[in-house]
Amino acid sequence: MRSTKARLITGMTWIIAVTYFFPVAWMFINSFKTENDAASLTPKFIFTPTLEGFSRLGERGMSNYLTNSLMASVVSTALVLALSIPAAYALSIRPIHKVQDALFFFISTRFMPAAASILPLFIIFKNLHVLDNIFALSLVYAAMNLPIAIWMMRSFLSEVPHEVIEASRIDGADFETELWSVVLPIVLPGIAAVALICFIFSWNEYFFSVLLTSANAKTTPPFLASFVDGRGQFLAVLSAASTVAALPVILAGWFAQKQLVRGLAMGAVK
Amino acid sequence: MNNKVKALIAVVVVAIAGVVVVQQRSGGDVTLTLATVNNGQMKDMESLKGEFEAANPGIKVNFQVMEEGDLRSAVTSDVANKAGQYDIVTIGAYEVPQWGANGWLTDLTPDLADKAYDVGDILPPVKDALSVNGKQYAVPFYGESSILMYNKEILDAKGVKLSNNPTWNEVAAAAKKVNSAKTAGICLRGKPGWGDLFAPLTTVVQTFGGTWYDMNWDAKVNSPEFTQAVTFYKDLLAAAGEKDPVSYSFNECLTALKTGKVAMWYDASVAASMLEADDSPVKGKMGYAHAPVVKTKEAGWLWSWNLAVPANTQNKEAAVKFIKWATSKDYHQLVGKKLGWSLVPPGARTSTYSIPEYKEAAAAYAPITLEVMSAVNPKQPGVNPQPWVGIQYVAIPEFQDVGNQVAQLVADAIAGRTTVKEALDKGQVIAQAAGDAHKK
Amino acid sequence: MSAGVKKAKSTGDLAKERNLPRKLIAPALIFSIALTQVPFLATIYFSLTEWNLLKPQDKKFAGIDNYLYVFQTGDLLPAIIATVGLTAFSVITSLLVGLFFAVLLDRKFLGQSVARTLIITPFLIMPAASALIWKFSMFDTNIGVINFVIQKLGFSAIGWSTQYPYISVIILLTWQFAPFMMLILLSGLQSQSREVLEAASVDRAGIWRTFAFITLPHLRQYIEIAILLGTIMLLQAFDPVAIMTKGTGGTKTLAYLLYERAFVGMNVGQAAAYGVVTVVLTIVVATVSLRSLFKVFISGVSK
Repeated sequence: MRSTKARLITGMTWIIAVTYFFPVAWMFINSFKTENDAASLTPKFIFTPTLEGFSRLGERGMSNYLTNSLMASVVSTALVLALSIPAAYALSIRPIHKVQDALFFFISTRFMPAAASILPLFIIFKNLHVLDNIFALSLVYAAMNLPIAIWMMRSFLSEVPHEVIEASRIDGADFETELWSVVLPIVLPGIAAVALICFIFSWNEYFFSVLLTSANAKTTPPFLASFVDGRGQFLAVLSAASTVAALPVILAGWFAQKQLVRGLAMGAVK
Repeated sequence: MNNKVKALIAVVVVAIAGVVVVQQRSGGDVTLTLATVNNGQMKDMESLKGEFEAANPGIKVNFQVMEEGDLRSAVTSDVANKAGQYDIVTIGAYEVPQWGANGWLTDLTPDLADKAYDVGDILPPVKDALSVNGKQYAVPFYGESSILMYNKEILDAKGVKLSNNPTWNEVAAAAKKVNSAKTAGICLRGKPGWGDLFAPLTTVVQTFGGTWYDMNWDAKVNSPEFTQAVTFYKDLLAAAGEKDPVSYSFNECLTALKTGKVAMWYDASVAASMLEADDSPVKGKMGYAHAPVVKTKEAGWLWSWNLAVPANTQNKEAAVKFIKWATSKDYHQLVGKKLGWSLVPPGARTSTYSIPEYKEAAAAYAPITLEVMSAVNPKQPGVNPQPWVGIQYVAIPEFQDVGNQVAQLVADAIAGRTTVKEALDKGQVIAQAAGDAHKK
Repeated sequence: MSAGVKKAKSTGDLAKERNLPRKLIAPALIFSIALTQVPFLATIYFSLTEWNLLKPQDKKFAGIDNYLYVFQTGDLLPAIIATVGLTAFSVITSLLVGLFFAVLLDRKFLGQSVARTLIITPFLIMPAASALIWKFSMFDTNIGVINFVIQKLGFSAIGWSTQYPYISVIILLTWQFAPFMMLILLSGLQSQSREVLEAASVDRAGIWRTFAFITLPHLRQYIEIAILLGTIMLLQAFDPVAIMTKGTGGTKTLAYLLYERAFVGMNVGQAAAYGVVTVVLTIVVATVSLRSLFKVFISGVSK
């Protein structure tokens, strides 16, 4: 009796999971079709697969865009970690006065719509001659992700048991030993979660990349949209490009699931 | 102090310093950055750029393909702020005169004067639309007008015949006659957007005797003629149009026509080459006619994608060389020989239509395209004179905005969420505000 | 490593100790100010100028004209309503769907980790790709899979992004963010003490009562975090509106309205005025919500 019910729930869970995943699967399937097959009125599940779509990505030099995305994501994530860990440390383990105000300031910087800050940034970047520069774009991404990173990181650091820190201080550990040997190992899953989330956000960012970069530093998302063609079919090649663009993050996410769950849990428990 | 804190700070400093190291372009050579959209002709140009690079050692061309909306925002911000990221830009006929007048584009007139280029060969209406006070600011890469396309099999089955120069009444009657549960009579764009819904709709308005603005820049959006035209368009869609017209634009209608879901379609002439492509199910079954009219002789629109050189580029000479190459007669021969004659960019040069191989490959639609494109008049497309040059758009900076907003209102009327009168009364206020800025 | 054991700290060390937090937070603070506040000052300046990119000859000081425009054209209120509505609906639906998934996945069954992997994938897909794929292969009236299924069931096709733009955007955002909510809530469920749950089952409390009186209160902090993070991310959601609806049918959010003023209207002054108004509004709202509603925001700090 009980096991029938359990099997029923398992079956339902599976149907839901597969349905939920379907748009992704469909994107993957479409990426192996010809444009005519992809635009068929009756969705085609059986067709002669082709790599046409993928070969067009090569012709358009997708690897450059992927390299730029990787650079921007890695550099900005490293920068965010380097800035947010000490700041969060100061906000949690060694609280300064007006912690709330500082935290509030960081969060509030996240509320400005990108479209409002982009022209000032464009003009500043132009005058500094750093338009179309992947490092400059990384700085923008770091600023964009810093608030969430500090906020999450602070939650994680608050979780470090006081006794542990006290014990290390009684042993005479100075600040740097305390940070590197005592605190960081405990919050490592949290750091992994923050890093992954910052990486995903940078990898996916669209709008700044459109305006602040051109020939050398353009990242992948605007490249995807460029396949939209008002005068012809494009679903197959768009699906191919989307598949390639999403793959690194999907794989990273799949492998880091445990870290993500543990990391996010850490931030909430008190 | 703490070495590791210093190390952290060092990471920050290094990252910021990385910014200062400006990426250098390979020395000696010129690399041209060309911003463009993703369409068939542009893709062909990219695949042939090697020929240009081989003939002009030291010049490399880097294509930056963008989505149309992205291209506009990126290129406009760049050119308006004189940032100089792009050496060549792809812009529509709508922008060229405005940007030219702002001094953002290189005046190409002296560079195009040589005999080999033969600037006089460019279709006169297209050239007119790209010039301000006799100065030409861009060269057309390809151009198009609008025509009526119909599936002869479906029309013949119902005994319907259309003339080469049909009126809208004729077309409406034909559409209603062939309309059935399986096949809609006609496909017309309903997707809100100045370049979607209002491209065909403005041409209907003009042939009904209406216009966006009169000679004093007073808006005429709720005038009887404009109202009559929009009502006609809406009623035709309701009686014999596709279902859910508000989500239809070029691509949707193309699919519908190819799959037999509609019998007729009024849209860009460039569609004909897709309907006649080898893998098209309606190849050889199509008939083509001039844009339907009411009070005017012609009602087709005029659009071209053009190449221009921003005034502040560092590589003006090389950029001009490239755009001349890409719009030359030789380039058309190159496309024909390397990629196929039906792929020669249409609607830019008169001589294209006398290339024997092209005439053969594009026999179904080349004659009518040339006929329509030479006949339309961008200086006065409607019944009355207008204070700008251009057919399916008003060549003022505010028009995109005005056109989009009014298109959203009219789309609501087509979808039955509001009435035509309400939509156009609101549209009139929006249009008048923009017109006031241009009164002398 | 200069550390080592120190028997007594000198006064200099103590002063250092006191200054340390400042030194730690300074880089982040300076960086944030440079990249967000400096552009914001520029935005305030732009908002006081009449500046349309396409009409460079007309650029001049405009005083409060742009602000008058913002408050008089009547676009602001609908945009605020759209932003609040879309964000609230999407956060709530993602939270509910996420909770449902979390409960389903919080049990041992065959292929549990594979099912979880399938469900989190939408959160990992590039938002631009999601919006494009949904628009062209799911919602499309001609070739969309959803309409194909609807027609097979005997109904007529629905023009999702044109007839029901509001719902379409919420569907897409929920699809993307429910997995994120699910991850947070799942970690909450998994941290539940098994003993309490067993005790409840010994007491013969029903599944629903256990869920309502034990699980939900336990999840409270997780739900708060999920709502807060979700709101911050969804408030800025731009891609679905830009790619699918272009702001029609009540989906013109502040972020999109601003984009439209800046990059369709090319009017820098008006866009900047909208930007300043948006920032002021969100700071007011954020102050209230972060400081009173979300205990979780403060509690971690003051322990």
